[in-house]
Amino acid sequence: MGTREGDLSRGPAARVVRRAAGWLARPGVSDIAYSAVAVLLALVIGAILIAASGYSVIDAYANLFDGAFGSIYNLANTLMMATPLLFTGLSVAVAFQCGLFNVGAEGQLYVGGLASAVVVLVLGPAVPGVVRVLLALVAGALAGAVLAAGPGYMKARLGAHEVITTIMLNYVGILLTTFLVKTYLKEPGPVDQTPLLPVGARLPELIPGTRVSWGIVLGVAAVVAVDYILRRTSVGYEIQAVGRNAAAAEYAGVNVPGRIVLAMVMSGAIAGLAGSSVVMGTLYRFITNFSPGYGFTGIAVAVLARNKPWGVLPAALLFGMLQSGGMSMQLFARIPADLMTLVQGIVILFVAAPALASMFLARSRFGARTGGRG
Amino acid sequence: MREILDVIFDINNVTATIRMATPIALAAMGGAFSERSGVINIGLEGMILTGAFCGVLGSYISGSPWLGVLFAVVGGGLMGATLAVFAIKLKADHVVSGVGLNILALGLTSWLMQVLWKNRGTSVSVNGLPMFSIPVVRDVPVLGTILGTHSPLVYMMLILIFLGWVVMFKTPLGLRIRMAGEHPEAADTVGINVHAVQYFSVILSGCLAGLGGAYLSLAQLNWFSMNMSAGRGYMALAANIFGQWNPIGGLGASFLFAFTDALQMRIQTSPIKLPTDIIQMLPYILTILVLAGAVIRSRPPAALGRHYESGRAA
Repeated sequence: MGTREGDLSRGPAARVVRRAAGWLARPGVSDIAYSAVAVLLALVIGAILIAASGYSVIDAYANLFDGAFGSIYNLANTLMMATPLLFTGLSVAVAFQCGLFNVGAEGQLYVGGLASAVVVLVLGPAVPGVVRVLLALVAGALAGAVLAAGPGYMKARLGAHEVITTIMLNYVGILLTTFLVKTYLKEPGPVDQTPLLPVGARLPELIPGTRVSWGIVLGVAAVVAVDYILRRTSVGYEIQAVGRNAAAAEYAGVNVPGRIVLAMVMSGAIAGLAGSSVVMGTLYRFITNFSPGYGFTGIAVAVLARNKPWGVLPAALLFGMLQSGGMSMQLFARIPADLMTLVQGIVILFVAAPALASMFLARSRFGARTGGRG
Repeated sequence: MREILDVIFDINNVTATIRMATPIALAAMGGAFSERSGVINIGLEGMILTGAFCGVLGSYISGSPWLGVLFAVVGGGLMGATLAVFAIKLKADHVVSGVGLNILALGLTSWLMQVLWKNRGTSVSVNGLPMFSIPVVRDVPVLGTILGTHSPLVYMMLILIFLGWVVMFKTPLGLRIRMAGEHPEAADTVGINVHAVQYFSVILSGCLAGLGGAYLSLAQLNWFSMNMSAGRGYMALAANIFGQWNPIGGLGASFLFAFTDALQMRIQTSPIKLPTDIIQMLPYILTILVLAGAVIRSRPPAALGRHYESGRAA
């Protein structure tokens, strides 16, 4: 080991390696490089589990990649899966920027989705489709915001840990929407679901003939908006200040409780839109228990994105890929897609461990030497 | 009205409360040990789930539910060790790594269940724990109904909670644990190995939560079902806070949650007509209300969630 490294550090290739390692060790770049390694490591562990369980790794991952990018249709499926994750990841990231951990995106997206469906169905054909869609989106965001405001207030005023309160509200949100659909909005039939939303009052397809809707464009717009608010407005600056050091922010005159509630409201509104995007752009109706855990995957997305709005974009695409790929893995290779849940958990653990990152970066000794403080 | 009162004050609710408090109280005590040592343990949920899975696995392999219980404790402990490595050694954010662990546990148990038993949803049925009856007590009126006949894990829980309280507040080990979470620098100065104490506490919390999981899959039922912990780990965390990081306080809070859960189930089988979805919200809403009310008076360990680096050379 030692001799090889010694040779390399003297040889002509050393300069290239050193420069590459130095570039890799730069703060922003090292984050991305490390996140990529975390994902690869998680997939490797997944492969070990697949092999240990007696399945073919090649069969599994070939189907995974084919399901994710194999055709325009599959690619559109990946984008469709990424759409709610874009919102939920952004939702979790915004709260994190204020030092809050919103584990309640799941419940918030349920109430948001139902609110959108109700608005479209109640307004009826007399109102133009565009207006209905816009009002439905507003309603979805509002419903999510209301569900998140409670934990925000309890955190700010009473100190109740938002992790527990938001998780408990997940159950409340899911049970409440189920109750409302069963009692007031149920379409006759065996499934607890609302009637279909009329064609004119849906989020239209982005690529005709596929399942990706304009919801993903809305998601990107939300990323742009949040990035702008956080970086270019004083409110956004204050939210981040509270997240970095609440005591210092308070000393500097920031209304800390107010900013905590605001961050949770923003987070909840975005999570609510995740539900709206699925209900209005994918399912075209509210189906009880429709989410396969978009809110929880949003946590993985945010952690992988290191809570940067722009980072949410590639992270959501990656997890969208894992989900759509995981489905075809289950369908064609008969390998349970729950493996992808496991992969997500591993990614969160790896990315959350900074000491692991520095261990990885220190392994390329060149990186440690040239990238240090220079 | 009479009907409602009959349902609420049914003595069977008390029996059911003790029973249903078992997994929550065990995990809450786990949370108390972990957090008293300074490590936030959001991963209790995943530890319960892993315990429930390993319990069924152990019973499935050996045919003995007691070996299943051992498996559950070891499985929960392994999850505890995983969290400990990430939160202590690798300095990961405690809350984020705890949530990561929960997602990992959900994926791992769901995956293994399908690999082993080819069924998504529930495992095969295995040998569960038999009920245990205390000879004289069971014949006493009222007390016999409440405490006379239970799963052995329920009695074990009551004994363990008492032992846990003794260890935490009456022994040098407990003092070290509390010191690590209150003032790690001071603990270090007097020669306590802070990280070792934290490892011990977090792994112990995993074992306790795993035992709670075994109650779900070997005593309450005799099979594993996907995500069968259903939020109990988070309730245990709330119970721990409400119980002021004290095992006996945690037990009291667990009784409160279990009572609403028992009531919820009792109402569903009673003539009172209320929508099940609404009734099922009761325990969750209560958790929120209790938490909002309890935290005002509560004071967590001072160094909770912090990463401690010993000043001494390694």
